Amino acid sequence: MISVEDVRKSFGKHEVLRGITNHVEAGEVVVIIGPSGSGKSTLLRCLNMLEPPTAGRVVFKGEDMTAPRVNVSRLREKMGMVFQQFNLFPHRTVFENITLAPLKLKKGTKEEVEALAESLLKRVGLAEKRNAYPSSLSGGQQQRIAIARALAMRPDVMLFDEPTSALDPEMVGEVLKVMEELVEDGMTMVIVTHEMGFAREVGSRILFMDEGVIIEEGTPGDIFERPQHPRTVDFLSKVLR
Amino acid sequence: MEFIARYYPFYISGTVATLCIAVITVFFGTIIGVFVSLFRLSRNPLLSAPANLYVQVLRGTPALLQVMIFYFGISRLVHIPSVYIGTVNLARFIPGCAALAINSSAYTAEIVRAGINAVPIGQTEAGYSLGLTKAMTMREIVLPQAVRNILPALGNEFISVIKETSLLSVIAIQDLLFVASNIQASSYLIMEPLYVAAAIYFTLTCCVSAALAYLEKRLARGWR
Repeated sequence: MISVEDVRKSFGKHEVLRGITNHVEAGEVVVIIGPSGSGKSTLLRCLNMLEPPTAGRVVFKGEDMTAPRVNVSRLREKMGMVFQQFNLFPHRTVFENITLAPLKLKKGTKEEVEALAESLLKRVGLAEKRNAYPSSLSGGQQQRIAIARALAMRPDVMLFDEPTSALDPEMVGEVLKVMEELVEDGMTMVIVTHEMGFAREVGSRILFMDEGVIIEEGTPGDIFERPQHPRTVDFLSKVLR
Repeated sequence: MEFIARYYPFYISGTVATLCIAVITVFFGTIIGVFVSLFRLSRNPLLSAPANLYVQVLRGTPALLQVMIFYFGISRLVHIPSVYIGTVNLARFIPGCAALAINSSAYTAEIVRAGINAVPIGQTEAGYSLGLTKAMTMREIVLPQAVRNILPALGNEFISVIKETSLLSVIAIQDLLFVASNIQASSYLIMEPLYVAAAIYFTLTCCVSAALAYLEKRLARGWR
C-alpha cells in the first residue's frame, strides 16, 4: 500500500529522518513507537506530504507522491489523517465537518455523502451531536469526530499522529475503542502513539524509532517480549514500568 | 445656529458625497487588499516581493500626497469628462476614490495577512489531509476563520477611511469638509460650520462602530 524508500527529512541543518525504508501492506496495522524527537511524527507526516521529504521516495498505491507535478491532493483523498490536536473546523458544525470535503470533492451525491456521514456519526457514538459546534465537545468527542471526518473520504489507509496525547486520561479509552473497531474492520493503519498497551494489542507490526532511524521492527511479541537492540530495551524499560 | 437652517442642504450633499467615497473606498480597498495579502503570503517571490513593495510604499508616503499624485497623474494620462452627479465631478471623484482605495488596500492587506496568519496551521493541514486543494482550503477553512480575526481591525480601517475622505477636499471634491469651508466663506462664520462638520463625522463613525459591534456578536454565534 505504502512504500517508503530511503526517506530523509531535514529542518535547516538538523536531520530529523536519516534514511527510512519500509513498506506497509494492505490490512496491516503498523504502530510506530519511540522517544520524543525520534522523528516518528515527521515520518507519518511525510507519508501524506504534509512534510515533503528532503530526499527519498514515498510510493502510495503505485504512485510516487514525491514526484514533481504529481497531484498530491488526489492521493491524499485516500489517506485519512487524525491529528494530536484534532483540528476540527471550529466554524462548521460536526455534520459539516464530516461532509465538507466529500461534498467539495464530489465523492457522491449530497444524499450519499449525508447518509455516510450519519452512519459514521452513529459508528463513533455521537449521532446526537450532529448540529453541535466542535467547541462544545469534549476532547474525546472531538477526536472521534475527527476520525469520522477522515473516514468520510473512504480512505484506503488511516494515519494517526498521537491521537490520544492531547486527551484527558478518562477520554483516551473512547478514542482507542473507535480505533480498535477500525482495526477489526480490516482498515490499513499507521499509528504513532505512546499507548504501549494499545500498540501491543492491535499492532500487526511495531516499528521502534530513535534519532531518525528505525532501530528495530517486528511483531508486538518480538518488540515487547524479546527486544533485541539495547536502545529498545532501554526505552521500553522506561515506558513500561 | 440660524446658518444651519440656511446651509443644511449643502451639509446633506457633502455628507452623502463623503459616505459614497468611504463605501467605494472600503469596498475596492478590501478586495484589492485581500489579493495583495495573498500575494504577500505566497511562497513565490515573484508575487510576494512586489506585494511587499506595494505595501511599503503606500504606507511610507503621505495619503494626501498620494491623492494629489493620483489626481494629477490620472488627469494627464486619460481624459475623464467632467460629468456631474449632483455636486460631484466624476473627473475628480474617480481619481480621488482610486487613490484612497489603493492607499486603504495597503493597510487592509496587512490586516488580512495578520488575520490569516492567526488561523492555526493545523486547520490548513486538516484541509490538505482530506484531499482539499490549496484554494479550497483557503476559501472554505482559512478565510472564514480569518474574517473573524480581521473584522475588528477592518472596522477601524473603515472608520479611518471615513475620516480620510476629507483629504479629497484638496482636489475640490465637494465632500463634507469642502462644504464646511465653503460655508465658512459665505457665512462669515469661522468656527460654527466646522463644529457642525465635526459633529457629522463623529456621528458617522459612531454608527459604523455600533454596526460593527453588532456584526462581531452575530459572527461569534455558535463557534468560539
